Amino acid sequence: MTEQDALFDYCLRIGDSSLIIGHRLSEWCGHGPILEEDIAIINVSLDLVGQARSVLDYAGKIEGKGRSEDDLAYLRDVAFYRNHLICEQPNGDYGRTIVRQFLFDSFHYLFLNELVNSKDDFFSGYAEKSLKEVIYHMQHSTKWMLRMGDGTEESHRRVQEPLNDLWRFTGEFFAVNEVDKILISNGIAVDLNKIKPKWKQYVREIIEDATLTLPTNDWEQLGGKEGRHTEHLGFILAEMQFLPRAYPDATW
Amino acid sequence: MANENWPLWEVFIRSRQGLNHKHVGSLRAADQEMAIENARDVYTRRSEGVSIWVVLSANVHASNPSDKGPMFDPAEDKVYRHPTFYDIPDEIGHM
Amino acid sequence: MTKAEEEFQAKIDRDIKIEPKDWMPDAYRKTLVRQISQHAHSEIVGMLPEGNWITRAPSLRRKVALLAKVQDEAGHGLYLYSAVETLGTDREQTIDDMHSGKAKYSSIFNYPTLSWADMGAVGWLVDGAAIVNQVALQRTSYGPYSRAMVKICKEESFHQRQGYELLIHMCNGTKEQKEMAQDALNRFWWPSLMMFGPSDTDSPNTAQSMAWRVKRYTNDDLRQQFVDITVPQAEFLGLTIPDPDLKMNEETGHYEFGEINWEEFFNVVNGNGPCNRERIAARSNAKKNGSWVIDAANAYAEKQRMKKKVA
Repeated sequence: MTEQDALFDYCLRIGDSSLIIGHRLSEWCGHGPILEEDIAIINVSLDLVGQARSVLDYAGKIEGKGRSEDDLAYLRDVAFYRNHLICEQPNGDYGRTIVRQFLFDSFHYLFLNELVNSKDDFFSGYAEKSLKEVIYHMQHSTKWMLRMGDGTEESHRRVQEPLNDLWRFTGEFFAVNEVDKILISNGIAVDLNKIKPKWKQYVREIIEDATLTLPTNDWEQLGGKEGRHTEHLGFILAEMQFLPRAYPDATW
Repeated sequence: MANENWPLWEVFIRSRQGLNHKHVGSLRAADQEMAIENARDVYTRRSEGVSIWVVLSANVHASNPSDKGPMFDPAEDKVYRHPTFYDIPDEIGHM
Repeated sequence: MTKAEEEFQAKIDRDIKIEPKDWMPDAYRKTLVRQISQHAHSEIVGMLPEGNWITRAPSLRRKVALLAKVQDEAGHGLYLYSAVETLGTDREQTIDDMHSGKAKYSSIFNYPTLSWADMGAVGWLVDGAAIVNQVALQRTSYGPYSRAMVKICKEESFHQRQGYELLIHMCNGTKEQKEMAQDALNRFWWPSLMMFGPSDTDSPNTAQSMAWRVKRYTNDDLRQQFVDITVPQAEFLGLTIPDPDLKMNEETGHYEFGEINWEEFFNVVNGNGPCNRERIAARSNAKKNGSWVIDAANAYAEKQRMKKKVA
């Protein structure tokens, strides 16, 4: 694998993760638990899709084959997507969405917080800009974890269950593959091992404050970074890519 | 469960440094942090603000419109509170 | 007329805005609650036909634009509900009335969005019609309603441009895209004209609403204004308005148009539109499925207050 290949793959990992989880959040539009929260979660979705656009645009430039952000988003099949598996998991009820978002946001924040030091100018600038948005995302999902965990019996149950379910996807945040190794050696990528203990500590604290129980199952479900996904991504792409696939000659 | 609505909050936004906070509307939120966040998401989507105040609507005490006469009319004839009440010779210039 | 009513009407006639705590006739208050909440419900139900295409938007640029637009509608609904609350009416109560069918919303949102061109047609025609109505309402006599309208109009102009730009693109695109655009116009033209409500001769509330300056123009006046603005825009797109009777009257300078199918209108208003059941179900499910979230936040806030008290 060349450095260029690694860099392209790394862009996809970052861009696809934001795009897919942003897409999932956009499914809430018009169906949120209350108007104010509908607006809040769509703001998060807009931030994430916006971030995805800029990274995918950069990915196309790195690749050098003239593919645009839309070519990459709309004309790649499942096996070529590099997002974390947690991002593609279904929304479920609002509790499940919040748990998924909390686990991702807390990782995303710590990740960008390191990426600002990247030797790649695009990444450092991107991280700095995105960080402002992601700090807000993390506050939002963290507060909801507390409210739901330490709210009513019902709400407690409605976040504990998805927490147990989704926990197996969190190991992937820190899984290192060849892409990381190449890019860490030249100071471009984030050393995931460095942020792992910080993430564990933060998440443990919030889970405790929320009177929830830390899941004990430590099995790590990996694959997203290599294009091996869960069954859900295929349906997301079938829906998302429908128009450009059905009308290949059209532009929109 | 309780099925109680979240309380209503009045929202005030400072649109830029140097200006007063201005009332822009209301919203529902369970606590003050949520009220501020919701105000940010609802009322400043187009960078309309640099600072937000939220006040529980129940804590706003308003003057009564039927007292409008006694409340505000007496100020009308106190012209001596305004600079134009006093004659200053032109040669003094602006004062 | 009582003395209070006379004073009230005199204020209205001098274009002095009525504010929340001012005395107002009960009927005025009721009219406002009905009209403003209906307006708010329309914004919220209006999120659904467009929300239908968010996950299928054909480019990322279109996706964020549509998402931001639909989110704006939630915001506009909220501005309006907040005006309703100044009248001492609980917004959730009016929302429940909508879910039970007691309160109405704009009938246009009971039509399905079947192709991507519909996102253009909704922005261009539905928002276009809404803007004509809302611009007039900026001068409505009730202060909070008027201020909400000013804010909404400011934000709304991007909506219509977003839709029209999308259609320009499709009309200059492939044959299939142009056909989609024409089909969208065919389906949305008449329902857009219906958005202004029944004809003046058939609109029982108009006279009183005009006298109170809640409404500033009649339904038919606004409808005419909309047709006059929109016909040249359709011509620019190279699309045909599905009305064989449409023609310019050189004498009046206005377009004449064919008879609106009022039977369809009243049927759709009263529940027989293609999507009424789905729209109501979607909104009442959102509320039902969200109620535990509301309760959780209340319970947590209460626990925090208790903790503070102890500490």
